[in-house]
Amino acid sequence: MTDETQVTDAEGDVVSAHDAGTRTAVAMPVARFDDPHMREAARNPRQAEQIIAVLMLIGIAGIAGFGAAYWQNAAPWIIAVTLGVGLFFLGFGMTAWGKYLMPQGPFVEERHPLASSDDERQAMAAALVERTGVVVKRRRLLGGLLGGGLGIFGIVAMFPLLRSMGPLPGDALDRTDWKKGTYLVDSNGRRVRSDEMEVGGIMTVYPAGLENTDAGQAIDQTVLIRVQDTAFTTVKGRETWAPLGYVAYSKVCTHLGCPVGLYERELELLVCPCHQSMFNVRDGAVPQFGPAPRPLPQLPLYIDANGYLRSQSGYDQAVGPGFWERTNQGNGTA
Amino acid sequence: MSTVETARPRTRRDVKRARGPYGRVQQVVDELDDRLGLAKGGRTFLDKIFPDHWSFMLGEIALYSFVVLLVTGVFLTLYFVPSQATVIYHGAYKPLDGVRMSEAYESTVNISFAVRAGLLMRQMHHWAADVFVGAIVVHMARIFFTGAFRKPRELNWTIGVTLLILAILNGFIGYSLPDDLISGTGLRIGYSIILSIPFVGSYLAFFVFGGTFPGHVIIDRLYIIHVLIIPLIILGLLGAHLGLLVRQKHTQFPGKGRTEHNVVGSPMFPTFMAKTTGFLLMVGGGLALLGGLAQINPIWQFGPYQASKISYAVQPDWYMGWLDGALRIMPSWQWTAWGHTLPWEVFFPAVLFPGLIFNVCFAWPAIERKFTKDNALHNLLDRPRDRPKRTGVGVAMIALLFTLFAASSTDVLANFFHISLNEVLIFFRFAVFVIPVVAGFAAWRICLEMQGVTGIGKRKRAMVISRTATGEYVSEDSAPRPGDGHRELEPEPVPVRIELEPAAVGAAVGTSADDDTPGVRRVNR
Repeated sequence: MTDETQVTDAEGDVVSAHDAGTRTAVAMPVARFDDPHMREAARNPRQAEQIIAVLMLIGIAGIAGFGAAYWQNAAPWIIAVTLGVGLFFLGFGMTAWGKYLMPQGPFVEERHPLASSDDERQAMAAALVERTGVVVKRRRLLGGLLGGGLGIFGIVAMFPLLRSMGPLPGDALDRTDWKKGTYLVDSNGRRVRSDEMEVGGIMTVYPAGLENTDAGQAIDQTVLIRVQDTAFTTVKGRETWAPLGYVAYSKVCTHLGCPVGLYERELELLVCPCHQSMFNVRDGAVPQFGPAPRPLPQLPLYIDANGYLRSQSGYDQAVGPGFWERTNQGNGTA
Repeated sequence: MSTVETARPRTRRDVKRARGPYGRVQQVVDELDDRLGLAKGGRTFLDKIFPDHWSFMLGEIALYSFVVLLVTGVFLTLYFVPSQATVIYHGAYKPLDGVRMSEAYESTVNISFAVRAGLLMRQMHHWAADVFVGAIVVHMARIFFTGAFRKPRELNWTIGVTLLILAILNGFIGYSLPDDLISGTGLRIGYSIILSIPFVGSYLAFFVFGGTFPGHVIIDRLYIIHVLIIPLIILGLLGAHLGLLVRQKHTQFPGKGRTEHNVVGSPMFPTFMAKTTGFLLMVGGGLALLGGLAQINPIWQFGPYQASKISYAVQPDWYMGWLDGALRIMPSWQWTAWGHTLPWEVFFPAVLFPGLIFNVCFAWPAIERKFTKDNALHNLLDRPRDRPKRTGVGVAMIALLFTLFAASSTDVLANFFHISLNEVLIFFRFAVFVIPVVAGFAAWRICLEMQGVTGIGKRKRAMVISRTATGEYVSEDSAPRPGDGHRELEPEPVPVRIELEPAAVGAAVGTSADDDTPGVRRVNR
């Protein structure tokens, strides 16, 4: 029983190495419980085992609780806590088992050099060079054709990848849906009248009929502010653009396209909440501050015979952030 | 005895004998080895040595949060509808009743309120993504400051940086999918960033979004990138990352018995396997607790995306903060000439700058080698204090990124401290240059000072100063604390058999460790 060459097999029977047929049991130098490689806790393994058992029991209770909570469709936090506690404590117990009741070493493993011998390296390089030399140098035409063909395929393969993924931009980035005489409507499609806004009021307007479309929302969105109750001029050349103090600017920030959604009423500044660019409403929405490089384009307005606000024309420039094809026209004056 | 070799096994005992001392396990190993030849390599794998240090656990956190991401992500795909088609909501969450929204947003709200454990899975997924990127960054800092990227591990460093970029990208794409007000704004910023690229920007933006923003295909496209393409690449690179780790073996800190030519630690089986599997469960449990108790990304409060709406204090997830900060503090420099516009105010902070940062990361092993002229293989790690210049550069880089991160909350800081936004902005425009230089220099100096301290890194023993009855002060060593006498043992090869319980060893305790006992063969590889 205590013979060191005896080994216990999987079914618990003692099998002597000498009886084991063709196989020899390899009895090893044993790391014992009093082995200095074990942690101190392992010298009192019963206590460590008990603590770990308690941890794992908490984990099992948690996981069982998770099952019950899930089955009963309990509140999310109950499902979460049971699952979290269950996994965490089971894992905690397992880690503690590994840390306190399993051999920590230090065990050593030699690091065998990865590098091959010089001869092997040279053989590899030689095979590459010599064979390539024979095959490719003698058949330059074929090599060139193959390379060229694959190269062309590489370029051609990009066409479907790119070209069918979207239309070409054309002048789409330069245009909005605002035209001569377009009614300004609010988000419910109701036309805006010149007598309904207080001085200091602000609203988001869209071209009539497009208030609920992607284009109307993303590109045409315009901010309408009543600055004072008489016509005024933001920039020289825009004398007629702001009747009765109504001034309209593109709501798409010229920095990164966020809606310029904040209005500092006292300072008469439009503020973009994304990166804090500030635009002065009085002087043509010139950026006062922040990273935006250009004024917000201004929409020329007029008031028709029935008192409705309409646009004199579209924007005189591309709205929104900069892009390579954007021309400099309309910057500042109309 | 020898008759067993020829006799046909008849009894149970005979069969058992023929199998040898290791029974069924031996049989399975034999059958597998006949076909796959895995016994030798398998044994090597079981004996693989894992050096022990708390910082080696950081990569494991990243790995295991990725596991959680995969599991929770699969759950979410069962319910998420990647479509921008408009619907009117009539669901469990009454405040949104009758609101127009995309199917993507509707299905995300449904996951949160109508799917059993759906909210937990969503929030766990989001938390796991944040922890994933965070763990990668901290793991990368550990690799950097200890010089673990040096030859022969430059390739694995490169793979790691690629993994970080993919993790950030997929994180951004992932939180863009619900099509809520904040993520839609983020997508619009992404579209505008693509627009800012010279020559090809507008074409690229149109190809990615299928036309002008927002179009109706972007969520669908991002979805397949998020759930299939990038995870597949990450899985492949993770395999390569861990494969290289096994092939090149672990690095280790210097210590007793540890050389450039060995690895000292605890074995794969069973010690490391138990610890790391337990750790997987702990990371999963921790993320479940976070996901259930700490609300994250409550999209039902933000509302569905409408291109003309925006909320105040818009913030991206934390790992995008440095880019957002760079966009905020960049001056409004735009070039216009010959009918063309070059929006530097976007192109530099959002395209060139991150490109520069990641390229410096990729190139760092080569850069350092150029300066140190050190072409040797390194398996022992550096202490950061022993490499003051590298540590200084790393600290400067971290300081730069943290300053930019802080700059992404200029508006919040201005509100909190009741100072003008303008002043905060001006401060950060200078701070982004000053703080990294100061921090890097300070780190370099501290490293040099630390090198000069005697006994640094060693455990210190307190002195007790007491006054005697005659008024004399004497100082003496304090009582020893547990672990004071700790000394590292001489490492030895992993034994095949490890006995834990004294009972199982019995009387053999005294003798069985003898290597020279007749009939006992010590197996060393």
